[in-house]
Amino acid sequence: MKNEYIPQLSTIKEVIRHTDVEYTFRMEFTGEVKPGQFFEVSIPKFGEAPISVSGIGDGTVDLTIRRVGKVTNEIFETYVGEQLYLRGPYGNGFDLSEYKGKELVVIAGGTGLSPVKGVVDYFAKHPKEAKKVTLIAGFKSFNDILFREDFAWWEKEIEVIQTVDNAPDGYLGNTGMVTKYIPDLQLADIENTAFICVGPPVMIKFTVMEILKLQVPEKNIWVSHERKMCCGLGKCGHCKIGATYICLDGPVFNYVEGKELLD
Amino acid sequence: MGYQFTKAEAERMFEKWGSQYDVFAPKLMEGEGCFSDTDVVRYGKVTSLDEIVWDRKSDYSLKEVLLAINETLFYFTEDKTTVPEGPQKDILIFLRSCDLCAVQRLDEIYLKNGYEDFYYARVRKRVKFILMGCKTSCASGFCVSMGTNQARQYDAYVKVDNTQKVVYADIKDKVLKAFVEGGKEIEVTPDYVTENVEKVNLPKNLSNKSFENTIWQEYGDRCIGCGRCNFACPTCTCFTMQDIFYKENAKVGERRRVWASCQVDGYTDMAGGHSYRKTQGERLRFKVMHKIYDFEKRFGYPMCVGCGRCDDICPEYISFSNCVNRLTKEEAEHEK
Repeated sequence: MKNEYIPQLSTIKEVIRHTDVEYTFRMEFTGEVKPGQFFEVSIPKFGEAPISVSGIGDGTVDLTIRRVGKVTNEIFETYVGEQLYLRGPYGNGFDLSEYKGKELVVIAGGTGLSPVKGVVDYFAKHPKEAKKVTLIAGFKSFNDILFREDFAWWEKEIEVIQTVDNAPDGYLGNTGMVTKYIPDLQLADIENTAFICVGPPVMIKFTVMEILKLQVPEKNIWVSHERKMCCGLGKCGHCKIGATYICLDGPVFNYVEGKELLD
Repeated sequence: MGYQFTKAEAERMFEKWGSQYDVFAPKLMEGEGCFSDTDVVRYGKVTSLDEIVWDRKSDYSLKEVLLAINETLFYFTEDKTTVPEGPQKDILIFLRSCDLCAVQRLDEIYLKNGYEDFYYARVRKRVKFILMGCKTSCASGFCVSMGTNQARQYDAYVKVDNTQKVVYADIKDKVLKAFVEGGKEIEVTPDYVTENVEKVNLPKNLSNKSFENTIWQEYGDRCIGCGRCNFACPTCTCFTMQDIFYKENAKVGERRRVWASCQVDGYTDMAGGHSYRKTQGERLRFKVMHKIYDFEKRFGYPMCVGCGRCDDICPEYISFSNCVNRLTKEEAEHEK
């Protein structure tokens, strides 16, 4: 019987620094993995933290980590050539086939872009597989912008609206919350749309409200929930909401189901 | 098959079981209660029938045998991980009907629900269960309401007669039966209660709307969030991962899992400071709804087995059974 709790050592192949507190760690990994899934990442003696997959490469997975807790603080002390412990991937992840042939709008707030980045990567590489792809990504300020190199090539392939909440006078980019850009979306056929919304709980709440104002059916919206997932295996109970285990049944939910997940 | 043994015959059989198995049963731990000069009945290894507490319900459940309060998952040494050995001997657990029904709930979470748990499974597959009957109901239990008063999935049933001279047994398991010597073959049916003092009616129409009921706030105001109800409950299964390293050698350490309580601060904390269910009322709602609604929605039967231990142990005298009954009544009135 497999002991799912035993992590495997994985070498850090590359570190991409986005901001002072957010880095992407490109980790050695072979196996099936989908965007939106997560790994339990650990450093012996400091503990484990659930981190979502922010990119999938040949023999690698990207884990974008924000320095906010005990484990993630420690991870920042570890660099290229060193190793981290991984187990996973866990969770359902995004099912790309749900979005193919549709007008896809991805709305992400801050680090919320990480779990959905694999979806954006895929459709930016294969733009013809969707009718149209739009990314609305919001960050607190210019200094908080993640994945700058990726934005540069995404902009050539898909529609990208990058916005910051606050900017000094004279800032040339977009400003304001992501919700500001939703009413202006040009959608040819509301029925044939797919919206993905990932970010902090408050951002999800207001973003979905805006999307619904466009008369988009609830079933065309997907959200990703964030919870403390200690085990990732449906055992520890920390991520349970009602009858749902976020680690097993999610973290990605169609809004029809996702809206019932109240806490 | 049923047997009637003399006490001496039964003790001899018990001794033989003991050579093959580690036997766990409710045991009186004198002076080890929470408060000074109090005793506690909890699970421990026993070597004779006399050591077992037959006349009252254990304060803590059998789950301590299957799931250690604090379990080492593996040791870290340099860049190696080493998993500690599992139990070396097969295990017999003496337990009552409610607790045997609780095992089904533990199995549901730890053997099914996504992944099979390595640590639980390696203990569980070594365990056989010996049912202790209930001639009369305990004061706080409501097993009849929960349908857990008559568990049938036992490997053996053992009853020591009031006179302490006769022992009745129904032994289904072939291995256990092989140890029988002497005794008289008779029909033995386990004692079980058909009525409790406490009766609980489960609500029929719970939903997210039930969140708005003021009962949660009311009970929450009394709750001090100590988590004792979770630890006494035979069906609570939550844990938290914990890494520790040794002072003597910082390169060596271990990863453990320790029991966790959904009533205690920190249960939903995420890195970065966000958390959910901040009030005791919300936490109480989460627990009660899980026991009588959410679990059933997922697995088809309620989680609560009606043992009543949470009511017995609450320092604030919060009664789960009362809370559920009030909820049922109030939700039915809201419907009208």
